[in-house]
Parts: sequence; C-alpha cells; structure tokens
Amino acid sequence: MIPEIGNFAIMLALCLALVQSILPIAGSFRGNQRWMALARPAAYGQFIFITFAFVCLVYAFVSNDFSVAYVASNSNSTLPVYYRVSGTWGGHEGSLLLWTQMLVLWTLAVALFSRQLPQETVARVLGVMGLISVGFLCFMLFTSDPFDRLLPAAADGNDLNPLLQDFGMIVHPPLLYMGYVGFSVAFAFAIAALMGGQLDAAWARRSRPWTLVAWMFLTLGIFLGSFWAYYELGWGGWWFWDAVENASFMPWLVGTALIHSLAVTEKRGSFKNWTVLLAIMAFSLSLLGTFLVRSGVLTSVHAFATDPRRGLFILVFLTIVIGGSLLLFAWRAPKVGLGGRFSLFSRESLLLANNVLLVVAAGTVFLGTLYPLFLDALDLGKISVGPPYFEAVFVPLMIPALLLMAIGPFVRWKESKWQDVWRNLRWVGAATLLLALAAVVTLTASPMLVFGLAVAAWILLATGWQLLQRLRHAPAGTSLLLRISSLPRSYWGMLIAHAGIGVFVVGVTLVKGMETANDVRMQIGDTTSAGGYVFRFTDLKDIQGPNYTATQAVFEVTRDGKTIAIMKPEKRLFTVQNMPMTEAAIDRGFTRDLYLALGEPVNKTTWIVRVQHKPFVCWIWAGCLIIAFGGLMAALDRRYRVSRRKRQEEGSAIPSDPLPNTATARG
Amino acid sequence: MKRFLWPLAAFIALVVFLGVGLRLNPREVPSPLIGKPVPAFQLTQLLDADKTISDRDMAGQVWLLNVWASWCVSCRQEHPILVEFAKANVVPIIGLNYKDGRQDGADWLAKFGNPYRVSAFDSAGRVGIDFGVYGVPETFVIDKHGVIRYKQIGPITPEVITDKLLPLIKELNRA
Amino acid sequence: MHKSILHKLISYTLLPCLLLILSAMPVHAKEAPNVSADPVLEKHVMAIAEELRCLVCQNQTIADSHADLAIDLRNQVREKLAQGMSDRDVIDFMVQRYGDFVLYRPPVKATTWLLWFGPFLFLVGGIFFLGLKLKRRARDLPVVTLSEAEKTRVTALLASTTESKDKT
Repeated sequence: MIPEIGNFAIMLALCLALVQSILPIAGSFRGNQRWMALARPAAYGQFIFITFAFVCLVYAFVSNDFSVAYVASNSNSTLPVYYRVSGTWGGHEGSLLLWTQMLVLWTLAVALFSRQLPQETVARVLGVMGLISVGFLCFMLFTSDPFDRLLPAAADGNDLNPLLQDFGMIVHPPLLYMGYVGFSVAFAFAIAALMGGQLDAAWARRSRPWTLVAWMFLTLGIFLGSFWAYYELGWGGWWFWDAVENASFMPWLVGTALIHSLAVTEKRGSFKNWTVLLAIMAFSLSLLGTFLVRSGVLTSVHAFATDPRRGLFILVFLTIVIGGSLLLFAWRAPKVGLGGRFSLFSRESLLLANNVLLVVAAGTVFLGTLYPLFLDALDLGKISVGPPYFEAVFVPLMIPALLLMAIGPFVRWKESKWQDVWRNLRWVGAATLLLALAAVVTLTASPMLVFGLAVAAWILLATGWQLLQRLRHAPAGTSLLLRISSLPRSYWGMLIAHAGIGVFVVGVTLVKGMETANDVRMQIGDTTSAGGYVFRFTDLKDIQGPNYTATQAVFEVTRDGKTIAIMKPEKRLFTVQNMPMTEAAIDRGFTRDLYLALGEPVNKTTWIVRVQHKPFVCWIWAGCLIIAFGGLMAALDRRYRVSRRKRQEEGSAIPSDPLPNTATARG
Repeated sequence: MKRFLWPLAAFIALVVFLGVGLRLNPREVPSPLIGKPVPAFQLTQLLDADKTISDRDMAGQVWLLNVWASWCVSCRQEHPILVEFAKANVVPIIGLNYKDGRQDGADWLAKFGNPYRVSAFDSAGRVGIDFGVYGVPETFVIDKHGVIRYKQIGPITPEVITDKLLPLIKELNRA
Repeated sequence: MHKSILHKLISYTLLPCLLLILSAMPVHAKEAPNVSADPVLEKHVMAIAEELRCLVCQNQTIADSHADLAIDLRNQVREKLAQGMSDRDVIDFMVQRYGDFVLYRPPVKATTWLLWFGPFLFLVGGIFFLGLKLKRRARDLPVVTLSEAEKTRVTALLASTTESKDKT
C-alpha cells in the first residue's frame, strides 16, 4: 500500500510542477498577477509530496518490502538499518528520487527567501525550476519508477553493492546532488533574467549567494567521493579521472568561473553575457553528468545499470532544456549592454583570463572524457583515455590559473599599474624562490615536486600578504579585532578559498612526488618497512560481520622502536552477492598516511600485502574543506541580507535596485 | 546575433554524437586481428593429451575457433546453440579450452555435449592472449587462407548465426 | 652439593627439554620478501604495466588490478622483458593483440591529434578570443570625459566619503 501511495505522491507532484512552471511563466509575460502568485504555493506543495514519496521509499527499504522491485535489487534483510536507508539512493531509480528531492528542497529555499524579489522574477525563477522538476518527474514515472512492484515478491533482496556499504556512501550522493541541483538556481535566475531582458548588476547580486552555496556543496560532494574512494577501493588512489568523476568536476570548474564572473557583474556590471552563458553551461554540465551516468554511453565504476531507452529520454530532456536556453541566449544577448570600461591590466581582465583558463580546463576534461565516444561514433577506431592523458594535459593548463590567483587580489578594479602590483608582490616572489631553493637542497626533490611546492608557496604567501596589507589599511588606532571584523565576509571567503587551494596543491604535490607502494609476501612474524615505519604481521583471524565473513590481519606499526599503531586490514566476502572486498587499514596523520591492504592469499598463512606510505595526503582533504568553508563565508556576506534588514526598517518591499556604484576595492 | 548562436550550434553537434553513442557499446573492444593471419599455435588436445592441434591443421578450409571454459557461465548459455550448429555440419568448430583444468573441461563436454571437432588445451591462456581474448566466450571465423575474418565477443545466439556467421561462411567458402 | 630430587628433575629433564624446544622453533621475525625474486625487473614490469589498461576492470591498469587477465598479462610482460624485448616492443605486442584500447595513455596518431593538441588550441584560441573581445569592447565603449565643473564636484564628493573609503 505504501509504495502505491508514494507513487501517487509523485504523480501529484508532477501536476503541481506543471502548475508551478507553465502558469507563472506565462503569467509573467501577460502580467497576470494571479497566475504568477501560483508559483510559491505550487512549490510548497511539490516539496511536501516529493518528501512524502521519499519517506515512503525509505520505509519500503527499512521494512524490507521485497515486493518493490527496486528494494529487492538493492537491499537485503541482513543489511544493517543505516545502509537500508542509504540504499534508497544506491540505485538508478532511487537516486533519481533523491535528485528530485534536492530539487524541491532548493525550490523551497528559493520560494522562502525571495520575499524581496519582484513578483515577475520569482514567477520566472520558480517556473524554470518547475520545468526541470517536470522533466525529472516524467523521467521517473515513465521509465524509472522506484515503486514498481515485483510480483511475486522476492524472498530476500540482492543486497546493496558491498562497495556502497559504507559511511561515505551515505553522505556523498546527497551532498553531491545538493551541488549539482543547486546550479539549477543560478540557471533559473539566468533564464529569468534573459526572459525579462533584465540582465543587470542586481541579477548578479541575487544569483551569487545561491551559486556560492551550490558550489560549496559540490566541492564537499566531490571531496567526499574522493575521500571515500581512497579508503574504500583499497588501492590508495583518490582520483581516477573516471568518466563520472569528470562529470562532477566539469560543473565545478565552470561553477568556479561562474562565481568569479558573478563577482565582476555584480560590482562592475560587466561580462553580463559571459556570466549568463557560464550559468547555463554549469547547469548543462550537471545535466550532462546525469546523462553520462545513466545512459550507458561511457564506462565507469559509477555507472548505474544502463538502458539506452532511459538514455534517450534524458538526451531529449537535455536537448529541450539546454537547447532552449541557448536559443533564448542567442536571442537576448545582442541587446545586453557592455557595462563599465576597464583597461587591459585590471582586475576585470584578470578575472576574464581566469574564466578563460577555467573554461578551457573544463573543455579539456570534456574532450578527454568524450573523445572515445566521438571516435567510435565516427567509426574511427576505439581508444581509451586514462589518467596519463588528463595529468599530462590538465596540470599544465591549471598552472597559469594558479599563478594568477595570487596576483588577482592585488590588482585594482578598472585600472591598475603593473608596477604597483610588482611592488606588492616582489617580496612574495623572492620568498617563494628561496623556499623552492630550500626544497631542492633538503628534499633532494624532483623538479616537478619543487615546482608544485613553489606554486603552493606562492599562493599561500601572496594570500597571507594580501590579508596583512588589508589589515594595515585601517586608520591608526583601530584594534585588530575591529579591523578583522570590518572586512567583509566575501573577502574572507576569497582568502580562505584561495588558501585552501594552496593547501590542496601542497598535498597533491607531496603525495604524488613522495609516496611509496610495495607489494610484499608476508606470513605471521614477518616485517616490512616503508617511510621509516616498520610493519610487523602479528595475527590472522576470521571474523563474522552482519552480512559478510572476513579474514582480518593484524599489524603492529613501530617507528624507532615505539609502537605507533595497530592496523587491521581485512578481506571481506559479502555472502549474498558472493563479492570479495578489500577493506584497507589506514593510519592517518598530519604529515602522512600509512596504508595497508591485503592482496591475494598465497596459502593459508601467507598473504600478499600492499604497503603504502603517503606523505601529506590529508592536506588534500583539508584543502578541499577549507575551500568549501571559503565558499560558505562568501555566501554569508552581510550585504546579501541588507535588503531584508532595510525592508524591516523601512517597512516596505524593496524593488530591485542596482547596487550603488562603490569605487572601493572590495574583495 | 550570429556569433551568439555558436554555443547552440556546438551543443547540437554534441547531442548528435551522444545520440549515436547510445547505440554503441563502450565496453566492447574490437579486435585488431580482423584481416590478419591467425596467430600460430600448437597445443595438446583436451581429450587426448598425446595428440596436438595447430592452426596449420585447419589450413585450406573455413573454420570456427570457439574460446570456452568450464568455469564460464555465459558459455553454458551459448553451448546448446553451438551443439545444434555443429550438427548442421556447416563448418568445423575447433574449441580453445581457456585457463581450465583438463579433467574439468572433459567433464563439462561430457555433460553438456561436444560440438568441437577438437578442443585445444590452453591452460596457461597464452594462446588466448595471442588471439586477444579478454572475456569468455569468444568466437573467431577464419578463412581458407588462415586469415581471421570476424570475431564474436560474447555468447553466440541464433540471430548471430543467421545474420552474421552463415552469410560470412558462405561467402568465404565460395572464394 | 646435595642436589634435591626436584633440582635433579629440573636440571636433567626439564631444562634440556626446554632448550630442545627453544632451539627447534625457527626465528620468525624476518623481513618480508618482495613478491618477485628480481625487484629491478619487477619495477620495470610495473612501469610498463602502468601503461596498459585492464580490459575487464573499470578504469584500472594491469599494474593495479588483481583480475586474472591482468595477472596473465603482467606475466606475459615479465616474460617478454626477461627475454630482452624492448619496452616499445612489449607495448606493440599488446597493441597488436588488443588494439589501441589497451593503451592507458592514448596514442598520438592522426585520429588523436585533436585530443592531444586540442587543449592547447583551446587555450590559444581562448586567449586570442579574449584579446579580440577586449579590443572590441574598448572600441565600442564611449570614453567619458568630465568637464571642469564636474571634476570639482567629483573631488568634493570623494572628500566627503573618505572615511568609508578607508573602512574597507
């Protein structure tokens, strides 16, 4: 009964989505107040019904209802409860419902926090988001219904893929989808602005916090995916340039370009066309990612069970949404004004350059991911594009962007002299070179390693120097605390995010340059060493988990005679699917990770063990978290909430007004 | 107006490619051996370890090489179809028993039928590598001059026989 | 002097037994051997294995994978290298049998020129396009010049807002 109710809820949500999209948008063109006013209530209604449907699906999982086909293929009665909940989004149909759930959550947020917007804008934004809802709901109802029955019901389920039975799996998809779907808000704002022919600084100001929060979630989602792959897959890698990883990275790159571009449009009124195009591209890449994972067009560890028919549906949907928005863009763009003037050496130019670099980088990832498809479609043979390609091409491309990142904050808006910038940065440059030299001498490091560290140092030192300069800028006598608190949060956001990138680069450089991996044959009592640590194999036992059996090895790790850790890697066999899984043992540390994974057993007492020493790998994770935090800071900037306070003070709704032209060099 | 249409044009091109891509299989690795001479091999026979079988033994006729193993689940699917096909005596089928145990292979044939004139015993899988085998079952069509003409990846179905194998074999026999 | 029976028991039976047992136990704590006998060859094998894709895995090299086919192919590589084949020849050996798909790093040939040189072309194109756009923009935007009266007004306005300027 419950699954049927859930299914019905989805149908009702579809009706509401249709109401939410067609009438308000039509109303906005005809000036029909009543139609426009339907948007918010429809959005609320959609949220209620989808959430209800989602709860129904979770209930089906938790109550082990194997008469629902989706539950039967993704769950099992021996599966622990928390995995039964996360199993809801472990397969194609359920993850679509999760996508839709996120969409209605964002729609709800927009509906709630848009009181100060003119009714037309609200109608159009919610309308566009409603259209996207319509697409996904139709997709679910017509091709991928999570509530389809399996009759007669299965005695027990097929179990959730063992790789997904993990905490990372519980959190990674929701966060990632929050990011993907969040870009639909920026997209909706862009489309609404194009529809109304009203591309101005106000639009950018409204879009920016939404985009920043979406970008933050996407950063966290990608970070979690990487972090999870690192400990779950068992061979110590954390980024594989897999098709689906790339599918999440591309919107992130374009999203980064977007948030920078929005900053310019908000402050200077420039780049409007470019910013709109980026907003469309970012969301298009999100949708493209959805297509790639579910259509069977590319192979990937992440690909859901594929069905070309579903792929066709998404492709048609993609064509309508993106094709339509690009058509709208082509129609409206020529009429948009150019905004303020700026000279060749100015913050605007540098940000434009940054955008070009990021978009080219995204384009490169796109090319590499889809190239095998292009060749195959043209019958020109079959190749595979793996990490060696991406590393060879992507890294050199990002270097200029990383170097510019440090310089940008020192360059003034509109016009700046390179001599001033040079004066500011020459000591940072000198310090970087000195550090590089020190690295060469002490680490006996390869050129790549030194260069990577130099880039990171350049970014970190320049960012720190920038902060110092700004803090010094206040009138004499102001306390440090006052100086710090008077800097706008968006400025802090920028500094923190840029610093996060520096930290990230340190982690990547040191891991790639100095990590070691060894396959050794060990039996109890044997020792091996890596990175100055000695690993002693002390015990081997069989253990029983809730839905698996495992062989667990116990290792004692010492350094200079002192015991550092006891590590227990396992080789698990999940009974239902008869699937073996390596559960690596990781000893995490600030300056290094020790990574132990069991390979294959040679005989009853001897195993092949892979021992890895990974210096500074946690700096990669720390860097990602710092970047995300920077995004959050920037989104919480007080000026995005000024309108509300002003409204409360003045007691009236503020219509959209362009931001007063501040000539101050705000971050 | 025109230059703003470029993004749309590029997008349409992409959609066309993706549409075509829906019909392709990204996991299928086409064989580079098509049109090349069959890799030379000489192995003992599965059912008679004293005798050998080599590619030269089949020269002058069109023949099929079917790669199979007793541990292979998909081979079970295609086997009855192969047995039927062998009865029609259209073309000799030589088996390549890949990475298997001699007794296991023999037992499997005894149980499910033996469509092969001879089965070659490739326990190490080296000959399989020479043929570019990466997944079992795979089937090769080889012509009178010892040139590989077609590779079937995955189990043989009745449609594959009628649509691909029979016409090709007929054509090769005529030459 | 006068050894008790207990003393005798210990010295003549238990102690020797203990010593016998202890001497029979092998010393276990040894340094674990690497998987292969020849670490130099093994490193070489892994270097080549990292260029070859595991065809039955999802996006892994035959160096990383534990699949049967990966192990077989690694063994083949090891054999060929031990026989003295060059790196290039070993890789060609694999490509002859499995096609370009087996290369983890896509080859540079006519069909992949766009792949390898595309990004660089995008970059150059992007910068060129950017430069063009900036020039056109500078040309299209009117230059604003202020009259004397307007200039004094501007100075006055800026002077009155100095504190807000410092506050950023």
